[in-house]
Amino acid sequence: MSLRVGIDLVQVSRIAESLAEFGDRFLRRLYTDGEIAYATAAPALTHARLAARFAAKEAALKALGLGGEGVDWRQIEVRRASSGACELALHGATAQHARDLGIAELALSLSHEGDYATAVVVSTSNVPTSPTP
Amino acid sequence: MTDKIRTILKEHGRLSKDATSLGEDEDLYQAGMTSHASVNVMLALEGEFDLEFPDHMLKRSVFESIAAIRGAIEELQG
Repeated sequence: MSLRVGIDLVQVSRIAESLAEFGDRFLRRLYTDGEIAYATAAPALTHARLAARFAAKEAALKALGLGGEGVDWRQIEVRRASSGACELALHGATAQHARDLGIAELALSLSHEGDYATAVVVSTSNVPTSPTP
Repeated sequence: MTDKIRTILKEHGRLSKDATSLGEDEDLYQAGMTSHASVNVMLALEGEFDLEFPDHMLKRSVFESIAAIRGAIEELQG
């Protein structure tokens, strides 16, 4: 089994600027309907929630080793369990990429404070990172 | 086209260098462009050139230099 980790840090005010500049096009390109609904349910937290979710998608790309592939951000979705914990759901070609890479499990942690939001993603794979000679 | 790309990089790329004097093959990520800034650059390019980047082009290498961006736009414009 191999383990990979990905981290990303996003400035919340930059997400607010993108939203002001590109509006719905920015939202629809990056986020699923469920993510948009959750983020906009609390107007005071919308930008922080969107920033944390963008950080999660970028951290997931790093943990999956997919930075060099063409990936639709909406295929990496942050879902909130009833317990309040967040988890990742992969869809479409990204889910297939993960299967091809032997990804067995993904774990996500999100945090935001003030103007910054961050995410860490850990992935486990059934394929060893370094082939044995 | 290159001048328009430079203008968009100057406005949205959040580069530590002046976009007007960047080499065409210079690495934009090394020049300070974050993944979030690259999304803004992509959306601004779509608006400027009236096109849409398909999923398979939403990758680091497409936005890593002025030359790479120009190549992608030319490909999309056919």
